Formats: sequence, structure tokens, C-alpha cells
Amino acid sequence: MSLLETVIFAVIKMLVIVVVMFLTVAYSVYFERKISAWAQNRMGPNRVGYRGLLQPFADVFKLLVKEDIVPDAAHKPLHTLAPFIALFVAFATYAVVPFGPSINLFGYDVKLVVADVNIGILYVLALTSLGVYGITFAGWSSGSKYSLMGGIRSSAQMISYEVSMGFSIAGVLLLSESLRPIEIVNAQYGWMWNAVLQPIGFITFVVSAFAETNRLPFDLPEAEPELVGGYHTEYSSFKFAAFFLAEYANMIIASCLIVTLYLGGWQIPYIDKLGLGETLTVILQVGAFIFKVVFMLFFFIWVRWSIPRFRYDQLMNIGWKVMFPLSLVNILWVAVLIMIFNL
Amino acid sequence: MEFYDIIFYLFALITIGSAFVVVTSRNIVYAAFSLLFTFFGVAGIYVLLGADFLAIVQIMVYVGGILILLLFGVMLTNKITSVEIRTGTVHLLPAAIGIGILFGAIISVMLWTNWNISPEPIPPSTTANIGRELITNYVLIFELLGMLLLIALIGAASIARRDKE
Repeated sequence: MSLLETVIFAVIKMLVIVVVMFLTVAYSVYFERKISAWAQNRMGPNRVGYRGLLQPFADVFKLLVKEDIVPDAAHKPLHTLAPFIALFVAFATYAVVPFGPSINLFGYDVKLVVADVNIGILYVLALTSLGVYGITFAGWSSGSKYSLMGGIRSSAQMISYEVSMGFSIAGVLLLSESLRPIEIVNAQYGWMWNAVLQPIGFITFVVSAFAETNRLPFDLPEAEPELVGGYHTEYSSFKFAAFFLAEYANMIIASCLIVTLYLGGWQIPYIDKLGLGETLTVILQVGAFIFKVVFMLFFFIWVRWSIPRFRYDQLMNIGWKVMFPLSLVNILWVAVLIMIFNL
Repeated sequence: MEFYDIIFYLFALITIGSAFVVVTSRNIVYAAFSLLFTFFGVAGIYVLLGADFLAIVQIMVYVGGILILLLFGVMLTNKITSVEIRTGTVHLLPAAIGIGILFGAIISVMLWTNWNISPEPIPPSTTANIGRELITNYVLIFELLGMLLLIALIGAASIARRDKE
């Protein structure tokens, strides 16, 4: 492939992903509201469009036409920058998530991932640590004590859980022997999913992902009863929308990562035994990926509306005294697996 | 190779420019913030040199760890932002001599060193090789560093711990 073709394909993939992302984020908000309504035995949004299907567009429009208020005590440049850092980090991570195997399109061999980076997993970890900045700056620059408390809580929480997240991923890397997301998925051929082989690592990773995305039961950064709205207390209009979108985009990226690292990515067990055509197989596999991601999203929302919030000291204790040792045990377990079964 | 050079100078400019702001800025938050760009510039140069692993670790460790801790210190210290940091010049002559010697040393190293140019092209990924070297040739140093970090960690925890008495 020439340079021009590579660039054109990359741009097309990016455009597709950005459009799909915005739609998915918008609809995950709708999804969340519907599921919360289901959990609380009420109707949920049902006025805009058929069964409220146009609700996300109405919400976004409402946020855009609102007045943008910057408090007097705020540090203006950082106050403006913070939501964009959050949004940038959330969207940049999608570049390395593989949605399916290679597909033959118009004579070109197209990989269903924007950037096939050989250190993709490290890239994800680096971006997650950048995500802390958006929240820290938001909390600090607002010039309000609620925001500051939210920002500090959030940064401390994210740094703590990054540790157990990194160690859980180490178990996956031991098995796949690669940092390339596509090869990690290929290593989980058939039923050799990492969730099956290393259940402890799966649990620690999912719990850390909840903490990293600031979702309930770990949403202490915005704990409404104590902190009003946490780090986005002083944000309004489009900047608030940016944080809101980033939160949901983070939730989707966390689901994508869980699926890629532990649930076999696009793999469907025994699909090659069915003798389907190549194109059909790829379409089914991409469908399987989307299905798994939607399932994980449902899980995220389900947990939010089922489990009460932890106290802050409990959160830190779980992070350092439970999840971190468990992720170390997982590495040992994977090493034993490799020693005995030569996986 | 011209395109490559332009990118190199761009990263060098970002690194040096932001480092200059770090040193001269009177506002500690701005200083910390421009340190972010310094780290990014260095990471960019690593990428240009084909050291992909080093670049990403640079971001993870310095941007994701050290700078965040620094910002924590800034945020948790009340009224620190209103304090003007003194950036005056003292002891001009000794400083100039010291910097001059250092500068000369760096320039002479740059000019007179017999650089070892590898005939092989840049490998697509350095990660696997670094890992292999760490666990074979440099395993003792690797383990010792691990012990050192563990000791530092335990030490920090025991200092921070309040006495029960």
C-alpha cells in the first residue's frame, strides 16, 4: 500500500469511528436512563420520538444552547482546557482497539483497527494516566472547594487503581506474549479467553475499570450528597457536555478493553468449523465484538443502579489491600499455567 | 530526510521552549503545566529515534506519575499560587563559569565522540529485546533496582504512618 492509500484509509477509519462513537455515546446515555428507569420501576424518557429514541439529540441540543458560565474565582485558561483534555483522551484511546480481523475490501487488505501499534496496550495505559489531568485541572481551576475535593479524590483514586489495572494486564501479556491488541485477541482463539483462563485477573481488571471510569460504586469524585457535583460542579453548557460525553466514552472504551483483553475480542468459538464464507465470518465476528461490548455496557449500568457507593477509605482499602494483592496472585497463577500446560 | 529533520526540530523547540518557561515562570502552576510539554517533547524525540518503548514509558512514568504527584503538591498547598517565586539572578559570575564549562563539555562530547553507528535498520519494535536483555544480561541490576524501589516504598509508608501512641 502506498503512503497516500494508507493515509486515506486511516482518515476513513477515523471518520467512521468518530461518527459511530458520538452516536454510541449519545445512545449509551439513553440506554442508561432506560435501564435506570427499569431498575426503579418507572418509564424513563418516552416523549421525544418513538419511545424517546430522539431524546439524546434533544439533550445535546439543550446543553449546547445553555449559557456558558465561568466562575470569577476560576483560572480561565485551565478551566477551558480541562474538558478538552478529558474528551481528547477518551477518544484517542479508540485508535488501538481492534473491531475485527482483517477484511478484504475492493482488493485491499483492511485491518479493522485505526492504528495497529505494536505497543498498543502501553499506549492505552499511558492515555489513562493522561486522563487524570483533565479531572485534576478541572477540579483545581474551578476555584471551588467542592471541585477541588472532587478533583483530588478522583486523581488519587485513578492513580491507585492504575496499579492493579496494570498488574492485571501483565497476566494477559504473559499469555499472549505481545503488546499488540490484535495478537492478544488472536491468542484467545476458541474458548481460550483470558476471562476463562485467569478469572482473578478478569475480576481485578473489571473492578479497576469501574474505578478508572469513576462509575458507581466508585463515583466518589462526584458523590452528589457530599460534593454537589465534584469536579464538574462549576461547569455548564458545552464544557459540561464535554465531561459528560467523556465519561460515557470512557465507559465504552473500558468495555472495549475488557472485551479485547479478557472476552476474546471478536472471537466466536468454533466459527471456522461451520464453513461460512470469509466475508460472512468477518461480519459475524464484528457483530460478536459489538454484542460483547454492549453486554459490558449493560453490566456497567446494571451495577450502577444496584450497588451503593463505597466510602472513601473503603475504596482505598479495596484498591490497595484487596485488588492489588489479587492482581499479583493472578500473575503467579498465569505463570503456573504457562509452566504446567505450556500455553 | 528533510521532513524527518523538521519534525525533530519541532520537538526540540517544544522541549526547550517549555523547559525555559518551567525555569522562568513566576507562577508555579504554569511551571508545572509547561513541564508537561517538556516531557512530551522528549517522548516525541524518543519516537523519532525509534525507541518506542522508552517513549511510552517516558509518558507513563513522568507525565502519568511524577508530574501528577507534583501537581498534587501544588493543589494541596493552600495559597501557593499567589506566592511569587523569586527568579532573580544571584552569583552571576560563578554560575556563568559553571554553565560555560558544562556547555563546553557537552559540545565537545557531541563533536569528538566516535559515535557507534549500527549498520542494521531501526527495528520495528524494541520492547521484546529490552525485555530479553533485562531478564538475561541485566537481571541482577534489574532485581536490585526492584529491591531498592521496594525499600523506598516501605520507607515512605513508615514515615507517613502516624504513631499510635
